[in-house]
Amino acid sequence: MELLIFYPLAFLCVVMALCVILGKTPVNSAISLIGMMLALAGIFAHMHAHFIAILQVIIYAGAIMVLFMFVIMLLNLKSDDTAAKVRDNNTSLVVVAAVLGVIILYIITDAILGANMESPQNLSETFGTVAMVGEILFTKFVLPFEVASVLLLTAMVGTVVLAKSKVD
Amino acid sequence: MVPLSHYLLLSAILFVIGVVGVLTRRNAIVVFMGIEIMLNAVNISLVGFDKYFNNHDGQIFSFMVICVAAAEVSVGLAIVISMYRNKPTINLDEFNIMKW
Repeated sequence: MELLIFYPLAFLCVVMALCVILGKTPVNSAISLIGMMLALAGIFAHMHAHFIAILQVIIYAGAIMVLFMFVIMLLNLKSDDTAAKVRDNNTSLVVVAAVLGVIILYIITDAILGANMESPQNLSETFGTVAMVGEILFTKFVLPFEVASVLLLTAMVGTVVLAKSKVD
Repeated sequence: MVPLSHYLLLSAILFVIGVVGVLTRRNAIVVFMGIEIMLNAVNISLVGFDKYFNNHDGQIFSFMVICVAAAEVSVGLAIVISMYRNKPTINLDEFNIMKW
């Protein structure tokens, strides 16, 4: 029964990710990326990770994609820049990408094929609720949580310094 | 019950799609989108293992990954803007001053 929900969402994810890579313009890619993020949020919710699913919608589909769209609109690119072209003189990169893709997929399917890997324990009723995750976040992982806030502050300052026009 | 192998395979497929996008596209913004796809693929693995082992550490890890992704995108797009200010293009083939 759960597979009936998982397969369509996973298929949607892969199709949307392919649309990002093959999209004709950056705006098309960004719209497809939003679709991928939302399908992924559905998969997270279905994996009992409610907190991560909500964060996925708010941070990725909300904040990060708005930033992407904002920059695409701001840059006002000419048509040659927005065309979906592969980088020139770089057929070697395409070959590397293809070989790498085949190797990664081969190793992973080889490792997990045949293995069923059902979870050994049954999930408890409260698994993955915001209260449970929050309790661990504020007790066991309180130092990484504080460091994350410092990281975000640093990123904010860095962004302002980089994007500021030269007025000196 | 969805077995762990399904999550890992989905994660691997998305990661490979991200790698191909980063290596082949020449628009800097689409390259960033490829990086986002790769980070999301890692999140699927983390949350899948977290469900498998029945504790919440994996979800905290993927929370940290989301924080790092937010920081990386904001700084990266600021770099794209300052690149565009130097030279009015974001075609990665034009930026070869530090190559060889």
